[in-house]
Amino acid sequence: MKVTKKDMENVAVLSRLDIPADKEAQYTQQLNDVLEYFDNLSAVNTDDIKPLAHVLPISNVFREDVVKESLDRDLALSNAPLKEDGYFKVPKVLED
Amino acid sequence: MKLFEQPAHVLHDMLVNKEITSLELTEAVLARIDEVEGDVKAYLTITRDEAIAQAKAVDEKIARGETISFLEGIPGAIKDNICTKGVKTTCASKILQNFVAPYDATVMTKLREQNPVIIGKANMDEFAMGGSTENSAFQKTGNPWNTDCVPGGSSGGSAAAVAAGTAVWALGSDTGGSIRQPASFCGVVGMKPTYGRVSRYGLVAYASSLDQIGPITKDVTDCAHILNIISGRDEMDSTSVNEEVPDFTKALVEDVKGLKVGIPKEYFVKGMDPDVEKTVREAVKKLEELGAEIVEISLPNTDYAISTYYLISPAEAATNLARYDGVSYGERAEDAADLVEMMTKTRTQYLGEEVKRRIMIGNYALSAGYYDAYYLKALKVRRLIKEDFDKAFEQVDVIVCPTAPTPAYKIGEKISNPLEMYLQDACTVPLNLAGLPGISVPCGYSSNNMPIGLQIIGKALDEETILRVAYTYEQSQSFHNDRAQLGGN
Amino acid sequence: MSYEAVIGLEIHSELKTNTKIFCGCATTFGAEHNTHVCPVCLGLPGVLPTLNKRVLEFAIKAGLALNCEINKFSKFDRKNYYYPDLPKNWQTSQYDLPICENGYVDITKSNGETKRIRITRIHMEEDAGKLVHSGNTIKDSDTSNVDYNRTGVPLIEIVSEPDMSSPEEARLYMEKVKSILQYIDVSNCKMEEGNLRADLNVSLRPAGSDVLGTRTEMKNINSFKAVEEALTYEIERQEEVLEDGGHIIQETRTWDPDRGITLSMRSKENAHDYRYMPEPDLVPIITTDEEIEAFRNSLPELPDARKARLEEQFGLSAYDAGIITSSRDMAEYFDGVIETGADAKLAANWIMGDLSKNLNAESLEIADSPVDAKRLGEMIGLISKGTISSKIAKKVFEEMWKCPDSPEKIVKDKGLVQITDTKAIEEIVDKVIEANQKAVEDYKSGNKKAIGALVGQVMKQSKGKANPQTVNQLLAQKLG
Repeated sequence: MKVTKKDMENVAVLSRLDIPADKEAQYTQQLNDVLEYFDNLSAVNTDDIKPLAHVLPISNVFREDVVKESLDRDLALSNAPLKEDGYFKVPKVLED
Repeated sequence: MKLFEQPAHVLHDMLVNKEITSLELTEAVLARIDEVEGDVKAYLTITRDEAIAQAKAVDEKIARGETISFLEGIPGAIKDNICTKGVKTTCASKILQNFVAPYDATVMTKLREQNPVIIGKANMDEFAMGGSTENSAFQKTGNPWNTDCVPGGSSGGSAAAVAAGTAVWALGSDTGGSIRQPASFCGVVGMKPTYGRVSRYGLVAYASSLDQIGPITKDVTDCAHILNIISGRDEMDSTSVNEEVPDFTKALVEDVKGLKVGIPKEYFVKGMDPDVEKTVREAVKKLEELGAEIVEISLPNTDYAISTYYLISPAEAATNLARYDGVSYGERAEDAADLVEMMTKTRTQYLGEEVKRRIMIGNYALSAGYYDAYYLKALKVRRLIKEDFDKAFEQVDVIVCPTAPTPAYKIGEKISNPLEMYLQDACTVPLNLAGLPGISVPCGYSSNNMPIGLQIIGKALDEETILRVAYTYEQSQSFHNDRAQLGGN
Repeated sequence: MSYEAVIGLEIHSELKTNTKIFCGCATTFGAEHNTHVCPVCLGLPGVLPTLNKRVLEFAIKAGLALNCEINKFSKFDRKNYYYPDLPKNWQTSQYDLPICENGYVDITKSNGETKRIRITRIHMEEDAGKLVHSGNTIKDSDTSNVDYNRTGVPLIEIVSEPDMSSPEEARLYMEKVKSILQYIDVSNCKMEEGNLRADLNVSLRPAGSDVLGTRTEMKNINSFKAVEEALTYEIERQEEVLEDGGHIIQETRTWDPDRGITLSMRSKENAHDYRYMPEPDLVPIITTDEEIEAFRNSLPELPDARKARLEEQFGLSAYDAGIITSSRDMAEYFDGVIETGADAKLAANWIMGDLSKNLNAESLEIADSPVDAKRLGEMIGLISKGTISSKIAKKVFEEMWKCPDSPEKIVKDKGLVQITDTKAIEEIVDKVIEANQKAVEDYKSGNKKAIGALVGQVMKQSKGKANPQTVNQLLAQKLG
């Protein structure tokens, strides 16, 4: 297995997901299978090849610094799971 | 043909000539929904009352003698990952099951200027992740040609609606084949425009550097018309191309004489369904008969496209979907003691299996220690794949290949094996990686009578040439006049 | 063992644009919560960012003013971490290709020594929203409320090399950066509004060693006083740990200004894997040499150059010129005073003296001073002409502080004109000599200092209006 238990735990934290105990083996196996498949990329020589993040040669797209109307606050809060006095409300924060 | 079976350009002429009213047409489509939607399940939301009101408004306009635009009064479906102000946009995910966008996507703004009739929001794989629409959190859509089969995906609802006659036209989105492959499976026309041709503002992001909105229609003519409507630079999308949009309907000419058509040898390989190979080869032959010059070409890095795509798209998805955390919109898990637990429970509870899998793949590929070997490597190989196409297009005008290696398969047949599902995308993902336009047009049937699609790939911003080839091929055949046998039809 | 501190700063400065970095919402401070928000800054599904052109301009100007090189190819990246004030759960920032790199500023320490602090990089990014909580601290509140008004306000982050070795140097560096940002007018730099805040990194190493020790970080320090205090405390704490044979843990610590201590935040181990990736929704920024030169030419005179000019042109001392030029507003006020024809040294003295004292007492910025540069200049003119004495000037200044009248009018209305009429002064002098025979005797018997008491008496009786030079001359004359 390429993917260790520690990898899975780390990925779960980074993803803000719980991996239920009964699914752990399956998730690990599936992640392992795809990663092993992805290893075919190691056959490609990419020395001196620059990464391609933007497929079209577009650059320097800007917006003028002009104020646009903001959303009405009720509309901004319309999808909030919990709100209070015009705020979005969240549970206790333990970490900064 | 019944009204709901007609393409938009025919219906437009009928409206202009007052042979029908938009209300008659809309009611015919709604009646078709009553008849077949129980089997097809293409829609997540049907806005019946709004549709009737829109149709009546168009009829009044026609009665006043005003001219109408191409889509005016003609019913269509919108994939449920395109934001529609005031109507739910769920992305077929439980986490957005009650989400109502307070704004319209740019394509919706452009469409609404045309006064089309919007029938509703179409089913899809959750957050557009999948190739069968089986990953919808709400329902499995049936392929109108055989409702035991998948419609393809992720724009399966859009393609199925057009094929079933429950929409005349539809919008889909394509990140790795999500317009072209369901179009192929459902025997309709689907185009992924050049990356940047159509604004992505309001398209709920899956993989931002790959996503593109495009039309799904009953024929190439409708495709060109809708592309005219939705294309163009948008100041809300920095990646939209600032090029003049040609009139794509001018490309609808029956002439491929002298055009060089490349056939990439790497796209006809092991694992391909023999019916698909045979049908596509016949289509190539037909193009040759019509005067095109067939050139065998090589796209040597094709084998790496799946790996590249399935590293880049989950990496982008992992960040794009980090926002679904229960804080300011979407569902929130109950009974969490603190914020981190609330976020984690919310995501665990309300995101589907495939979405979670891709988020985990993405975070793995981006995480410290694996970034260079996976994500960065994929970005480099992406350049090589793009360069393959650049070289090929020095030789040829278009590239032709199958859209999908198989016709539509049975619901449940492949879904349990993620890797096998991913490998199905071999013919479609390279275009997204290279940002190129591609169209799928029906080119025949498998031995069990499921549609097969021919994919035509063009140079960046050269949708005109692929429309021309697609139109010429379409007009030489009659597949675009075939309709799925469904319901009383 | 003796240790030396190694200090580096990451200064975050909000830019004074009209709109946010990636959307058209206003950046106004103090607006009603969640009213400067839109789909884009709320991170709603489907939205895309568009870069505010002025943010780039301000960042380039800041880079040039801080002696940086401008990267001709720059791009944005996503910095991924979860926090409820960050709606997308990533911060759009710049990772490997920031807009500016390799700059420096020079600071002048209290001992007069100049030190160069190198700047690693400056990048553009978006600010986060604010959590409002019910309890004393966020951790003892059962719930928090989120306000997204600040989300997307443009920031530049200025990252220094670990070139500072004392809390004083860190403060001077931050003061210098603030001064420069104000000069080029890209930030309001109102620290109480959070416009300017710093993350402090500090480690210790044995004096003379080249090896870096383990560092700790204190985030979001938003006053110069706190910069010095937090660093002083943290250096002492680390020293004690090391002296006791312990190890410094690499961690983020909070500064508690009330208790004057830093506290460990105990964050999770992998919470800082930011998984940077190129921002696919924003296109690269390409800047040409011509554009960079145009920005360079648009910069105003900066503090160091202005200080040198004041020393050279007006003969101010390095210390005075340093204070006058430490803020652009003060330097401009000085120029305004000089424009009225006022003497430069007197101008500097008055600005650093009575004016600063009054401003501090009322917590006013110099730009909001009730006495503007023109009136102060006119008043200094009256001193130079001999219309009023320096002592009377203090009274005139206090009156000017209270009312908008010109100094001439005040002097006239209050009868504060200096008596230069020799005859009038002579009368007072004669009276004083007569009434103070003891002092006269002392003076005549050789105690020259005794004249001071007589001058004082004359001034007192003239209610301070007598020209002191005339008084001195007359007394000396009459007492032989």
